Amino acid sequence: MFTYCVDHDTLGQLAWLSCYLTTGVHMSFYLAFLKVLALLAVTAPVALGFGFLGAMAARSHFPPLAWFGKGYIAIVRGVPDIAFFLFFVIALDQAFEWTRHKILCPDWPAEVRQGNDFLVCPQAKLPLGTSPEWVHETYGFFLAVVTFAIVFGAFAANVLYGGMRAVPHAQLETAEAYGMTQRQTFWRVLVPQMWVYALPGLSNLWMVLIKATPLLFLLGIDDIVYWARSLGGTKTAQFTDYPHGDWRMWYFLFLLVFYLAFTRVSEVALERLMRRLTHGQATTGGEAMRRAAA
Amino acid sequence: MTCLETFQAYALRSVGIGERLLPKSDITLCEHFVLIGSGMIWNVYFAVLALITGFFLATALAVAKGSPNPWTRKPAEWFIFVFRGSPLFIQFFFAYFFFLGLKGQYPAFDAFTAAWLGALIVLFLNTSAYSGEIFYGALRAIPKGDVEAADAYGMSGWPRFRRIVWPTMLRLAWPAYTNEAIFLFHATTLVFFSAFPAWQQRGDALYYANYFADKTYNPFIPYPILALYFILVTLVIVGLFGLINRRLNRHLPAARRPRLRIRPQLIR
Repeated sequence: MFTYCVDHDTLGQLAWLSCYLTTGVHMSFYLAFLKVLALLAVTAPVALGFGFLGAMAARSHFPPLAWFGKGYIAIVRGVPDIAFFLFFVIALDQAFEWTRHKILCPDWPAEVRQGNDFLVCPQAKLPLGTSPEWVHETYGFFLAVVTFAIVFGAFAANVLYGGMRAVPHAQLETAEAYGMTQRQTFWRVLVPQMWVYALPGLSNLWMVLIKATPLLFLLGIDDIVYWARSLGGTKTAQFTDYPHGDWRMWYFLFLLVFYLAFTRVSEVALERLMRRLTHGQATTGGEAMRRAAA
Repeated sequence: MTCLETFQAYALRSVGIGERLLPKSDITLCEHFVLIGSGMIWNVYFAVLALITGFFLATALAVAKGSPNPWTRKPAEWFIFVFRGSPLFIQFFFAYFFFLGLKGQYPAFDAFTAAWLGALIVLFLNTSAYSGEIFYGALRAIPKGDVEAADAYGMSGWPRFRRIVWPTMLRLAWPAYTNEAIFLFHATTLVFFSAFPAWQQRGDALYYANYFADKTYNPFIPYPILALYFILVTLVIVGLFGLINRRLNRHLPAARRPRLRIRPQLIR
């Protein structure tokens, strides 16, 4: 990157390091951090949406829907989440391909599942065998986002369901007494009030979500774990201009520090948000703030 | 092969006893059940040992974090922050490569790069940090009156801690600690997916489930079986911890006994 990097054998230590850390592969490593942030930025709202739908379903008066919602919330709790990650990535991929197969090639003679194979017609492949590399990568990322959203949606549903039940019942009765329909009560009274009750759970969920991002590696994405592992490995002069020993430990130490800093910053930010939301609320937290001010 | 023969061949496969080769083609439902169940041995091993050893360090950490002396408080705070603030997955990777580096210099560290010891140490430290924080919270929630009563009886120092503070701390922390136990049990599935190698394909339940899913390209059989096993063991944990909870609260009137509410968080 720097002009003095051309003659890499004669560099001093600092200059060597500055050249080493700005090679093309290192740029991919830094880009992978953006991937993590992008995953968080996309997943958090989608998971919240899934969670909202799940909580609404669990509260429903229509029994099958309520069972579905409660089942969705319950199942993810009893089973390790990483099993879900590994499961959904293949299952979703197969579900998409199978659906496309049924639509695009209705008169395909062979079975889709033959023994140990899953064969769909070439037009139904996702992404198409002919599509460029970036489509493959984007599709992989898309599957990862949906998987994360399904798993974390269940946890968000749990938190939101708790938040909805924590809204004082008198509020809902008052709304009914004013002649609001159930739908109006839900949207105008329940939903605006539930957030303050749900926020501690949601902020916990956000911390957990941050700490779950390295699992992208298991979903076959070239994320920071992937790059740390491959960049840190021993490099001989034969393959690179910057030979070094096994530095994987230091790369993972760097990731550890990155995550510590990230969770710390989130913690502080969420504390501020909580203070703002509790301000003036009729809860013990709000009362404590009022007393402290007085 | 009948199912009984499969059981004999693979029931202890995960610890290296029985058939060497894993099934490669025409995988039966029975093989799924037996091998994934065999892998559960590792999950239970990691969870039980890490929980038992972690319990003691967690108590020490909680007391240290509650101590007014900064020389004991600060290290405990940092320990808890580091292990709770970073993903377990990264901790596994870091520890593995750290032990690998040590092994290069001192051959005595050979065993640490194997999952049975290396991963166990990480899980032990990790659960100590999480439980330490739970116990610390409980320590601060001990009713003032209990401690004052102990003072009035002339207890102080070690007897007061052992007979008043510690049992009350356990009682208050128990519901959260139950969640931590479930949470730790689920986290044991990460071991063989981080850097720790599954030597001679001796892996845990998820390792085998993933093996089957790769071989058959059909995730709809191995993962539900895995889920079934995990739900069963989770229920066992809830039952055992519920019994201990009853014993810890046996002096309270029935209406004031806290009930266990199970809501594990997920990844750490």
